[in-house]
Amino acid sequence: MKKTLNAFLAIALAASLAGCGSSTPEGGSSAAAGPDTTKGEGVMTYQQYADAAVDDKVTVEAYVQAKQSWWDNKGTIFAQDADGGYFFYDMPISEEDYNKLTEGTKIKVTGYKAEWMGQVEIIDSEYEILEGSWVAEPVDVTAKLKDGSLADNMNQKVTFKGVKIEPAEYTEDGSVYEVYKDANGENAAFMYKYNGTGAQGDDVYFTVSVDGVNYTFLVRSYLTGKDTDVYKAAEALEIGKTYDMEGYLYWYNGPNPYITSIKAN
Amino acid sequence: MKRFAKLSLCALLACGILTGCHGTQGMAEFTVPESFDETKTHELVFWAKNDTNRTQTAIYEKAISDFQKMYPNITVKIRLYTDYSNIYNDVITNIATNTTPNVCITYPDHIATYMTGVNTVVGLDGLMHDEKYGLAGSEVKFDAPSNEQMIPEFLDECIIQDVHYAVPFMRSTEACYINETYVNELGYELPEVLTWDFMFEVAEAALAKDENGNFAVNGQNVMIPIIYKSTDNMMIQMLAQKGAEYSDAEGNILIFNDTAKEIMYDCAEHGKSGALSTFKISSYPGNFLNAGQCIFAIDSTAGATWMGSDAPLVDISPDQIVPFETAVRMIPQYDTANPKMISQGPSICIFNKKDPQEVLASWLFTQYLLSDEVQIAYSETEGYVPVTSKAQNSDVYQDYLAREGEDNNEHYAAKIQASKLLLNNTSHTFVTPVFNGSASLRQAAGQLIENAIKSARRKETVDDAYCEKQFDSVMSLYHLDQISASAASSEDLGPLPSASKALLITLCIVWVILGAVYAVPVLKKKAKK
Repeated sequence: MKKTLNAFLAIALAASLAGCGSSTPEGGSSAAAGPDTTKGEGVMTYQQYADAAVDDKVTVEAYVQAKQSWWDNKGTIFAQDADGGYFFYDMPISEEDYNKLTEGTKIKVTGYKAEWMGQVEIIDSEYEILEGSWVAEPVDVTAKLKDGSLADNMNQKVTFKGVKIEPAEYTEDGSVYEVYKDANGENAAFMYKYNGTGAQGDDVYFTVSVDGVNYTFLVRSYLTGKDTDVYKAAEALEIGKTYDMEGYLYWYNGPNPYITSIKAN
Repeated sequence: MKRFAKLSLCALLACGILTGCHGTQGMAEFTVPESFDETKTHELVFWAKNDTNRTQTAIYEKAISDFQKMYPNITVKIRLYTDYSNIYNDVITNIATNTTPNVCITYPDHIATYMTGVNTVVGLDGLMHDEKYGLAGSEVKFDAPSNEQMIPEFLDECIIQDVHYAVPFMRSTEACYINETYVNELGYELPEVLTWDFMFEVAEAALAKDENGNFAVNGQNVMIPIIYKSTDNMMIQMLAQKGAEYSDAEGNILIFNDTAKEIMYDCAEHGKSGALSTFKISSYPGNFLNAGQCIFAIDSTAGATWMGSDAPLVDISPDQIVPFETAVRMIPQYDTANPKMISQGPSICIFNKKDPQEVLASWLFTQYLLSDEVQIAYSETEGYVPVTSKAQNSDVYQDYLAREGEDNNEHYAAKIQASKLLLNNTSHTFVTPVFNGSASLRQAAGQLIENAIKSARRKETVDDAYCEKQFDSVMSLYHLDQISASAASSEDLGPLPSASKALLITLCIVWVILGAVYAVPVLKKKAKK
């Protein structure tokens, strides 16, 4: 009997381990369980949404991953389902309902697909808060920085592993890059605003490199303000050190990730 | 005597409690001190806007440094913003806590809202005309402009309820930046003064496609012939050019009229075809213009350094830039013989403080921002123009204008042409009435155009019923119905509500009882005597 029980437990354990190792949709893994992938009546799959044209009316169901801002009864939100990311821009919403949206909250959003400087988003939308919750695991897109396929992960929660901090650089004419100097005339690891014309409280920009190629990342003050850990971590970055970073893959004429977590290697 | 003291105390407390019902009283009205006490130190907070332009930041910093050398008892701490609306929001938040900055770059529309606090914003007429510390006053330590040297059109824009609550800092208007190469390739000759009809005709022609499905004019799969940055301005200027109503000085909202509907129809028609888009829908006009994907980019003259394939400031990668001839024109007109364009740009206001010496220090710094050193340097960073004739007529500034096109940085042709556009058309500029809520009305004006274009692109019908629905919608969204009521403060508000009547009657009774309690014993005492 004992043997039978042991064998049964061993099989059960093996089965559960195999379950752990089973592949989950990109950008949609979860330690506990994946999201509910059934879509309600008239709701698009991510692929149908991706195929829709700009100005088309779209309806999606997704899980709130991060809230960027609320102002004047409009909220801006990053959300995700099992297959991809969404950006609900200036969605009309009361402050009371905005506060109800926590990480993982499932919502149904109907609006119009739009594109602004390459950023794909849903505007002029209406929403309905649904039952259900799911928090996405970040997708490692470090390798995608080089191969140009990063747009596939737009608006998703992503991670960049082992990126190296370079002197913060900016360009005014689109071609010549200059290194931003701090108050002491030294190369700075970060700067406020994209060209260093800002002050504490503004977005923090910094330059990272992967395999010798430089990229611009930022901590978006609307999403994570100056009192947050990530904002302070960005202000403490050191040139030459490597870090693991998490964030949301925003787009502005190219990848422009909003970093929400910085951990030194 | 003891009894009198008690009663007095009670009366005083009652007064305190009752007046407390009316909320905070605000600041005392500022009066110009007899002299500026230079032994007293002041730390001024200055909130400014810099267009994320590094040179502008450097000019502010130099101005502060130069000013502090002349007035060592004053230090100025600057906070830079890139957006007027963020300054506005922060000021509103800080009025409640009495933590406003001392000096602030702003729009008159915004000041009208700041003024809902009592004496929050300093009326500047007394300061401007003060013999010692006024504009070019006898005790001012730098070469400041006189009252007569302020450009009157620009100065008048800062009058709210007959008082100057700001002084202009820089002025700009809107310009149409044009890919003249494409206009010519489409078979058109660019006129000196654009008309809306001409622009829309060229724009529709630019939508023709080649056999590969690309736009024939640029060979690309993207072409948005017209992109308008500020649809607020677009609606306001179109209405003004057509002689239609928008609002009046009493705060009456007059925009919801048939002319506004006609404008919405035009925008919908060209939005639907793809000929017209906006910043909010498609993003920065300059980026599309420079990529050869736009022919008419309408934006502020203060954005001229981003316009054209040789522009010194660029927001797209170099491989996306397409070479073309850039032409700068005034915004399109309905009546070319009587052009009309908006006057805009930053003004400076001063917030009231308990210490009049601190306010005077703020005024001296404000006045320094009007000196030639600051005016000329700052205006040259973009297509701004100085707000004083002193700076405009100076040899330095005239030399700058004469060197148009010498290089693609300081003397970038499109930038200097944009400045000249305003200098030559100052008499054709106008501003809209300022009142508490005029900033919301501006937003509503733009929203009507944005919605008409978006709806047309989404294949909705834009007709009379649609326009009426939009009127109702923006009226509600921007609370314009409430603005009309509150702005017209002289209106007869009707009889007092019964609750107010009851409160006033109760107050009277309390005072009669208090008086009686005091008077009766006194009278009895007198009678005994």
